[in-house]
Amino acid sequence: MSVRRLSAVQPESFAFKPETLEKVNWWIKKYPESRRQSAVIPALWLVQKQEGWVSEPAITAVAKLLNMPQIRVYEVATFYTMFMLEPVGSAALIQVCGTTPCQLRGSEALMKVCKDKIGPKDTLSADGKFYWQEVECLGACTNAPMAMINDYYYEDLTPENLTQIIDDFAAGKEPKPGPYNGRHTSEPLGGATSLLEASLYDGSAAKPVKIPNAPEAEVKA
Amino acid sequence: MALKGILEDKDRIFTNLYGFHDWGLEGAKQRGAWNSTKDILSFGRDWIITNVKNSGLRGRGGAGFSTGLKWSFMPKEVKDRPHYLVVNADESEPGTCKDREIMRHDPHLLIEGCLIASFAMQAHAAYIYLRGEYVHERERLEAAVKQAYEAKLIGKDNIHGWDFDVFVHHGGGAYICGEETALLESLEGKKGQPRLKPPFPAGAGLYGCPTTVNNVESIAVVGTILRRGAEWFTSFGAPNNAGTKLFCISGHVERPCNVEEAMSIPFRKLIDDHCGGIRGGWGNLKAVIPGGSSVPMITAEQCEDLPMDFDSLRALGSGLGTAAVIVMDKSTDVIKAIARLSYFYKHESCGQCTPCREGTGWMWRVMERMVKGDADPKEIDTLLEVTKQVEGHTICALGDAAAWPIQGLIRHFRHEIEDRITLYRSTKSNFAGHSIAAE
Repeated sequence: MSVRRLSAVQPESFAFKPETLEKVNWWIKKYPESRRQSAVIPALWLVQKQEGWVSEPAITAVAKLLNMPQIRVYEVATFYTMFMLEPVGSAALIQVCGTTPCQLRGSEALMKVCKDKIGPKDTLSADGKFYWQEVECLGACTNAPMAMINDYYYEDLTPENLTQIIDDFAAGKEPKPGPYNGRHTSEPLGGATSLLEASLYDGSAAKPVKIPNAPEAEVKA
Repeated sequence: MALKGILEDKDRIFTNLYGFHDWGLEGAKQRGAWNSTKDILSFGRDWIITNVKNSGLRGRGGAGFSTGLKWSFMPKEVKDRPHYLVVNADESEPGTCKDREIMRHDPHLLIEGCLIASFAMQAHAAYIYLRGEYVHERERLEAAVKQAYEAKLIGKDNIHGWDFDVFVHHGGGAYICGEETALLESLEGKKGQPRLKPPFPAGAGLYGCPTTVNNVESIAVVGTILRRGAEWFTSFGAPNNAGTKLFCISGHVERPCNVEEAMSIPFRKLIDDHCGGIRGGWGNLKAVIPGGSSVPMITAEQCEDLPMDFDSLRALGSGLGTAAVIVMDKSTDVIKAIARLSYFYKHESCGQCTPCREGTGWMWRVMERMVKGDADPKEIDTLLEVTKQVEGHTICALGDAAAWPIQGLIRHFRHEIEDRITLYRSTKSNFAGHSIAAE
């Protein structure tokens, strides 16, 4: 298991912005009234969207909002590795997948780029703009190697285009997520080997169908 | 153009797998989603469950348990507690990236499947639990759910006559939440630590209510199976391994991809037809992890004429798992590849059971030494013994999943570990604590 602790340096206070609070309340409505606690992960994630990370005062605020003991929110914040427990880069949080499918296709070279350009992992860069981590499988293995930057996936990367992406973030641009080797999504590079039949898309599948194996009574009716 | 693979386009369920077409409601309807759903529901719960059973659909999340049978475990009558369907979209098994494509490109098949499954189990609400990192997929799925509500396909007083809500939920980046009871704990707003079974979720699941947890793919295929008939689905694959399946092929192939194929497709045909073959040619294949990181690896020799299905892979001491095929060519350091998986399991152990919490860390540290060769040959057997002590001694299967890759490595590549140790020793003049003379 991964041992995670709250940051030694904590802000004085935390306050929900109105738009954050509105979203948290939208989540709370998804669960039965007596089960507000179910919204704790979405709430902490929204806190992280607002502040960039999850601080101790924020944990207290979430606990109060969801009528939870503070220790239960603390447990959740330290258990789930998506919650950043210290400030991260203002321009980009880069999470490079390092698990075997990405490793086989060159994630180590991507991490070297991060190390050279940003500094040691799990550390805020000197200019405060970047923070990078090696994370476990992000579930985009056919588009390996890849990285999650802020909220979105950058796939089929090479050291060269990751370098460019980092430069773009540093310059305040927002590089486009998705595959970087010219393919659309996860089809074979160079063109799909399936789903080429035009009749799949001409609306013929929307015509009324007779359901096979219908019960006897239904057939008569 | 000659047919690639063995499944024809007309028999594919996920017709927008790559997102070349409209993911929205109109596009999905054009491709057949939501077609005659009301008729299907009108045949009743028992008819649905019987036909899903007859289709031979086995759970697509890894365990391969009959989906129809699982549904039949729910109580027949709704008593004081509501029933729930929970869809496991926590796709985190290394190598697996299929549910992602369903959620961002064919979300309406999933929503339709949720309605049918929930009706069959008398649930009025379904929660879809996505892994937290799937932000884009969640945004897409939320948008599709909104479309379905607006078209009155789901919700109160919908056109199907079964009041039904779909709620999208997300996690926080914990692999263990793919385990069904850990997922339920997480959905209740707690740490994702698996529960002891029994009670099984069908008796006491989400909020203590009867609950069934199904994988995204298992649910998303149901509408099409019922529309086309159980016999259509069983016409693919070997007996007891019915249907079509999404395969995720990653690693050392020329063109990694996701593809829907018939079950029991020969491994070599799958790779040659859809992925352009092994990098460097078939002769360059070294090993394959055929079903996601948790299953033991198999060797190139075992892949000749290998049908990709549950029973064939089980016979080789491995498994189909999630059909996430991780290919390794001869350039691969297999010890390092497995050591990285050991790190993964060490990182993802929830810490609840001692054999797993302590064992995953211990196994990873030994594996790291094996990568360098800084070990004693006797330690290979010690490592193997420890994997056997972790396996089967934990609440959930994460302990097993951490043990199996190492067992597969030692089973097939013991000689490489031994060579590595010999090589390491040849560079050292002596070894503290080891008797060189005896070797």
